[in-house]
Amino acid sequence: MRIDLSPRTNRSRLMDGFAPILAFVVAVAIGGVVVAVMGRSPATAFVTYFIAPLSEVWSLQEVALKAAPLALIAIGLAFCFRANVWNIGAEGQFVIGGLFGGWIAVATHGAGGSTFWVLPLMLAVGTLAGVAYALIPAILKVWLGVSEILTSLMLVYVAELLLDYMARGPLRDPAGYNFPQSVTFDDAARLPYLMEGDTLHAGVLIALTAVVVATIVLARTLFGFEVRVVGASPRAARFAGFSDVRLTLAVFAVSGGAAGLAGIAEVAGKIGQLQPSISPGYGFTAIIVAFLGRLSPVGILVAALVIALTTIGGEGAQIDLKLPLDLTRAFQGLLLALVLGADALSRYRVLFVPGTAT
Amino acid sequence: MGIIKGVAVSLALALGISSVQAQEKPVGKLKVGFVYVGPVADFGYSFQHDQSRKALLAAMPDKVETSFLENVPEADSERSIESLARSGHQLIFTTSFGFMEPTLKVAKKFPKVKFEHATGYKRSANVSTYSARFYEGRYICGEIAGKLSKTGTLGYIASFPIPEVVSGINAFMLGAQSVNPNIKLKIVWVNTWFDPGKEAEAAKALLAQGADVLSQHTDSAAPLQEAEKQGKLAFGQSSDQMRFAPKAQLTSIVDDWDGYVINEAKAVLDGSWKSQDTWGGIKDGMVVLAPFANMPDDVKAKAEATKKAIADGTLHPFKGPVLKQDGTVAVKDGDNAPDPMILGMNWYVKGIEDKLPN
Repeated sequence: MRIDLSPRTNRSRLMDGFAPILAFVVAVAIGGVVVAVMGRSPATAFVTYFIAPLSEVWSLQEVALKAAPLALIAIGLAFCFRANVWNIGAEGQFVIGGLFGGWIAVATHGAGGSTFWVLPLMLAVGTLAGVAYALIPAILKVWLGVSEILTSLMLVYVAELLLDYMARGPLRDPAGYNFPQSVTFDDAARLPYLMEGDTLHAGVLIALTAVVVATIVLARTLFGFEVRVVGASPRAARFAGFSDVRLTLAVFAVSGGAAGLAGIAEVAGKIGQLQPSISPGYGFTAIIVAFLGRLSPVGILVAALVIALTTIGGEGAQIDLKLPLDLTRAFQGLLLALVLGADALSRYRVLFVPGTAT
Repeated sequence: MGIIKGVAVSLALALGISSVQAQEKPVGKLKVGFVYVGPVADFGYSFQHDQSRKALLAAMPDKVETSFLENVPEADSERSIESLARSGHQLIFTTSFGFMEPTLKVAKKFPKVKFEHATGYKRSANVSTYSARFYEGRYICGEIAGKLSKTGTLGYIASFPIPEVVSGINAFMLGAQSVNPNIKLKIVWVNTWFDPGKEAEAAKALLAQGADVLSQHTDSAAPLQEAEKQGKLAFGQSSDQMRFAPKAQLTSIVDDWDGYVINEAKAVLDGSWKSQDTWGGIKDGMVVLAPFANMPDDVKAKAEATKKAIADGTLHPFKGPVLKQDGTVAVKDGDNAPDPMILGMNWYVKGIEDKLPN
């Protein structure tokens, strides 16, 4: 017997909207039972997890701060995934963007004279480094037919080790007792803060701009049309004269640039120096965010906020309820699995087809 | 910038969110928070720190309550530290070097909260630093190894070339030379704090090159286990790892933060806490040697005597004359190496044939 998913012909809009809510309720119910078994109040846990982070200016800023890189990377990835091109290496492009952009900050550290150009240059270099790094798997795919899934993933480790080497070696702070980190960046190399408390930085605005720009590009430009057509019907796209090669290169460049920009925004915004590791896995989490947001920029923004919320809520649960980290992570995973599962079920019917698998 | 800030603030106000400042709830118990870089179950560094948290609870159950966040990525630690400060913790231990800048930044925002940063070198009015003089234990290990080695070659598995590790290698070599001037030391840099696979490979390589006593500055028990398997000898790391290698472990340098953590909590409770740098050794009970085992009685007696001499100050591991690799004098005859020299050590002592990576 074989299990097939066939698209539902008459999808109800009600079900589409209702499915994620239902999944959320189920996840919360399961989580509540586990929490109760562990001897904590499920109601308190719910408040800690989902309400508390939204009730203070500070934690709202933290949610936005955590969501920004996820949204920015995922929006880039949406171009790839819509065009059936599989860039799994956004984590590496993020790291490379942070590294090369941050390099400018280290090189200009303590420089006199006017420094207004430092930050724009960092952002530009970070973005271009991400583009260049993403083009490696893209070129290997179009020239040699190498699977971009493998090459882009493998290049993540190359990027991480390169950053590790640079932070411990050439870019290390000479006055830092050999500890593996660069100098702390000058103010001219930092993204400005938007609110009091020095938490929310301008990287959030970059992510919001990306949502708007990507929405317009996908809906209103020829390039956006091309991406959508190739994804929906590769044959039709070929008849229309759209070039596979050019599109593959273009979507890799877009997603690499977005990831690189997110990387340098993280380094110039939150971290303020180069360290052996600059990402808690944003590039991989963004893949989930992209699908959770149904590959639409606005959906991605919402999904990124939800992921950020559960991460911060999970931290609160560790502090206030003394719940173990593994449990809060498991709950995050459960929530994602159920939402994506419900999404699939609302769009496809599961068919059990007799006979052997093909 | 001012405009954006203003817009953001009024936006927040319009949403009906009041700006919440540091919540300093007048609670009966002192809330003490801990931030760990690894999992508490690593049986090494983070594990030992969590032991001190438990010791604190056991010592003053009616005066303190504790929380901890584990597996906190260094690049994403600022929010974790701030969460603890905001949830009313008045004493916060950030236990990894990479938490240095985030700790300082959060401390600036919460001047009434006391912070304790392990192994760093930057302090402020409410940030103390603390670390242990592990090199004292290393000297004793070196002496034991020098006595017991039949091949005249010792092996050392090192993590990163930071001063703490380099001074440990030097102290180990000086201890070994004190009983066997012709002793050889082979060093393998594994570039990780915790990677059982890599550490075991390094141990195999050293044993194959003729080393018959191993020392390590990495956190897993893998090198010990490898020595046990091949019938050779070795030293444990961070905690007593006797159960992993009952026939191989000679002793282990145990990080014992219990006394320090309890003292600092007491100081906060009675109002006598002040920012300072603490660098404790055998005398202070911060560096503890697991019971000497698997060695003849005369070696054991000598090790005990050296331990006593270091504790009462009659023996300094870096007592002059100490020569650098190239033969230049680092510490003159009759002097002891001053603390700043040990804290910034980036050279090998004479007799080590390896080249220090940089």
